[in-house]
Amino acid sequence: MAGPIQLRVSANQSAAPEPVLEAPMVEIERLCLWYGTKQALKDVTMSVPKHRITAYIGPSGCGKTTLLRCLNRMNDLVDGVRITGTIRIGGSDIHEPSQDVTELRKRVGMVFQKSNPFPKSIFENVAYGPRILGVGGRADLDGVVERSLRGAALWDEVQDRLHDSALSLSGGQQQRLCIARAIAVEPDVLLMDEPCSALDPIATARIEELMLELKNSYTIVIVTHNMQQAARVSDYTGFMLLGELVEFGITRELFTNPRDKRTEDYITGRFG
Amino acid sequence: MNRTRGFWRSGDPFIWLTGGAVALALLMVTGLIALILVGGLGHFWPGAVLRAHLADGRTMTGQVVQREAVPGKPGEHRIKLKVANRDVSGADFQWVDEARLVQREYPPEVVVIERTEWGPFIGTIKEVREGGRAIATGPEAGWLELTRRLPAARQARADLKRLEKGEIGRINHEQEQVRLQLRRLELRGVVSGPEVEAVRARLGGLQARYQELAARAAELRNRHTASVLVTTDDGTEKDLALALLVDAYRPNAMGLAAKSRHYAGKVWDFVSDDPREANTEGGVLPAIFGTVMMVFIMSIVVTPLGVLAAFYLREYARQGSFVSAVRIAVNNLAGVPSIVFGVFGVGFFIYFVGHSIDRWFFPEALPTPTFGTGGILWASLTLALLTVPVVIVATEEGLAAIPRGLREASLSLGATKLETTLRVVLPAVMPSILTGLILAMARAAGEVAPLMLTGVVKLAPSLPIDGFWPFVHLDRKFMHLGFHIYDVGFQSPNVDAARPGVFATALLLLLIVVVLNLFAIGLRNRLRRKYAGAAI
Repeated sequence: MAGPIQLRVSANQSAAPEPVLEAPMVEIERLCLWYGTKQALKDVTMSVPKHRITAYIGPSGCGKTTLLRCLNRMNDLVDGVRITGTIRIGGSDIHEPSQDVTELRKRVGMVFQKSNPFPKSIFENVAYGPRILGVGGRADLDGVVERSLRGAALWDEVQDRLHDSALSLSGGQQQRLCIARAIAVEPDVLLMDEPCSALDPIATARIEELMLELKNSYTIVIVTHNMQQAARVSDYTGFMLLGELVEFGITRELFTNPRDKRTEDYITGRFG
Repeated sequence: MNRTRGFWRSGDPFIWLTGGAVALALLMVTGLIALILVGGLGHFWPGAVLRAHLADGRTMTGQVVQREAVPGKPGEHRIKLKVANRDVSGADFQWVDEARLVQREYPPEVVVIERTEWGPFIGTIKEVREGGRAIATGPEAGWLELTRRLPAARQARADLKRLEKGEIGRINHEQEQVRLQLRRLELRGVVSGPEVEAVRARLGGLQARYQELAARAAELRNRHTASVLVTTDDGTEKDLALALLVDAYRPNAMGLAAKSRHYAGKVWDFVSDDPREANTEGGVLPAIFGTVMMVFIMSIVVTPLGVLAAFYLREYARQGSFVSAVRIAVNNLAGVPSIVFGVFGVGFFIYFVGHSIDRWFFPEALPTPTFGTGGILWASLTLALLTVPVVIVATEEGLAAIPRGLREASLSLGATKLETTLRVVLPAVMPSILTGLILAMARAAGEVAPLMLTGVVKLAPSLPIDGFWPFVHLDRKFMHLGFHIYDVGFQSPNVDAARPGVFATALLLLLIVVVLNLFAIGLRNRLRRKYAGAAI
C-alpha cells in the first residue's frame, strides 16, 4: 500500500499558471467540461506556444486526454458532453458556430494512443487525408505520400513496399505511419495522445527523435504518462490533477523547481 | 472419495460432455446427408432386371427396389419389384414373397424403355416396324435397329419441341401483344381508323405464319412412323412409337462401364431437362433455375435494405430505449413463422402493390392479372422481408466490432461522418455483411411455405428469363426445388415411382445451397484477407 494520498484542493491555490511569453498558437480560457453531470475539466486556462512541444502529465483520469481532445473537438462525438469557456487556435474561436469541424480537424491533426492505421495499404493510409481534401492527381499524391513518410522518418523502411498492407508493419512503424498520415494534411497543430505507451523503448526513442524534428514545422501537444518522456522532449509541461491544471510552465523549471506541492509530490513519485 | 473428486475437478467429464454434443450433432448431420445421398444417387443407376418364376407358373419381370421381412411371418422375406408397364398392368410395383419364388433369372435381352408418357416399359422386343411393316424381328435384330433409330427419333422430338416452344411460341407471344395493343387502343376510345387497321393487318400476317408452322409441326410429327413392338411377361404386345421414346437400355447386358455412362447421362438429363409426367419423370431444370434466380433477386433486395437499416440503427440513431425496442422487434421478426410472411406477401405485395401496378401500368391485360398474382418478384420480396433481420443483425454486430480508433482516425483527418462511413467503416464491415448474406441465402433457399402463397407452381410453362422482350419476366410464376420435393413426394399420384426423385431433388437443393454459400464464403474470405487484423 502506498502512503495516504493527500490532495489539497483549495481555491486560493488553484491554477495560476505562469504566462507564456512566446507567441501562442492555442489559447485556452476558463475551459470547463462535463460528461453528463461529472465535471472532467475545471476552469483550465493556458496557452500553447507555437512550434514548441507542450506536454501534459498527470495521473490516470486527470483529464489530460480530455483536454487534448477538446482541441480538435473530438469530444463532440461523445454523447452528453457540455463545454464552457473558449479555445482559440491561430486566433479563431473553435466553438464559433461558423467554425466547420472538419476544417478545424484538418488544421489540428491527431495521433492516438493505440496506433490505428486503416486496414489499407501504406500508401492509401497516408493518401487518405489528401484525398479527402481533394488531391486527386497520382503525381501529386505520390509527392505528398513521400514527403509525409520522409517527415515521419518512415520512408526508407517502406519505400519499396508502399502497397503492402499497413497492418504488416511493426507497432513502432505503425505509429510513425499514423504520424505520417496526420502530417500529410499539413496541420498547424499536432496532438499526440500517449503516442508511445504501447511501444518498446527503441521505438519510443525513434518517435521522440521524430517529435523533436517535427517541432520545427508543427506545434505539438503531447499527453504522456511517462514523466521522463515529458522531461526529455517537451519545452513546456502542464501538470493536471482531477480536471485541474495545477501547474504549467517551462519543463525544466517545473521538474526542478515545482511551485505547487501537489506537482512536487507527483514528480517525486509520492502518488500517481 | 478423493479420487472421484479429483476426477470431477480435472474437467475431463465436461470435455467429454462437450465433445459428445459435437459428436451427436455430427452423427445426425452425417446420417441425414447419407440418407439423401443413398436415396438420391441410387435413383439413376440402371439396376438389373429380375425375371421371377413363381410357383403358380406366372413370371414377373422387373427391377428389385426393396426387400423386407414379411409382417407376421418370421424368417420370410418379400421383394418389391418395379415391373413398370403402368398402362398394361395398372401398377408400377408388385410385392413378391420369396417363398413363392421358384427360379430367378436375369435374361440379357430384357429391355427397359423410357417413354414420354406412362412411365417406363419393361419387356422383350419382338420386332421393329416402319409404317406398319416389320423391318427387324427378334430381340437381337430388333435391339440393334432400335438403338440405330433412337437418336434420330430423339432429334426429331427435340426439333418439334423447338418449333413448338420457339417459333410457334413467338407467334403466340406476338398475337398476345397485338391483342393487348388493340385493347389499349380501345381503352383510349379508338375502335376504328388507320391505327386499328394497321394492328389488325399484323394479326393477319401472324395468322398465316402460324398456319404454316403448324403444318410443319404436323409434318414433323407424322414423318417418324417407326415403332417397336414389345411383349410383356403375360404375352401382351405393345406397339410403342419411336417418336415417344426417351431412352432404351438393356441393364442385364450392360457392363460396369456402360452402366456408368448411362448413369452419367441420366444425371445430366435430370439437371438439364424439363419435368415430365406430373414431375415424377424427367428433369428439374426449371426448378433449379427458379430457385437460383429467386435467391439472387432476394439477395439483391435484402443486402442494401438490411445494410442501410443496420447503419442507421448503429451509426446515426441515438441509442436509447426506442432503438433498443426496434432492435428487439427486428430480432423477433426472424422468429415469426414463415407462413405468416407468406400471408403478408399475398396481402401486401400481391393484392395491394400488384393490383395497383396492374391498374396503372397494365390496364389492357385486365382482368388477367400481370403483377396482381403470385410471381417470382413477390416471392423474392417476401423472402427478402423474411431474411432482412439476419442481415441487419450480422451487419450491426460487424459495425459494433469496428474499433473506435479507426473512425476517430478518419475524423481526425478532417473527414466528415459520411466520408468516414463510406471509406473506412463500409469496407471494414463488408465481411460481416457477407456473413449475413450467407445466412440469409441459406434460409431463403430452403424456405417453401411462403413461396406456396406467393408464386411457386407445380409446373411453370416458361422460365422467368427468355428471348421475348423485356427478357426478364419478374411477374411470372416459377418452380422451386423445395416445393418440387413437396409436390413430388406428397402430391404425386404415383408416390412409389416418384420417391427416388424426391431424394435426388433434395440432394440437388442441398448442393445448390452449398455452392451458393461457398461462393459467398470465398468472397468473404478474400475480403477478410484484405482487411486482416482490422481489429485494433
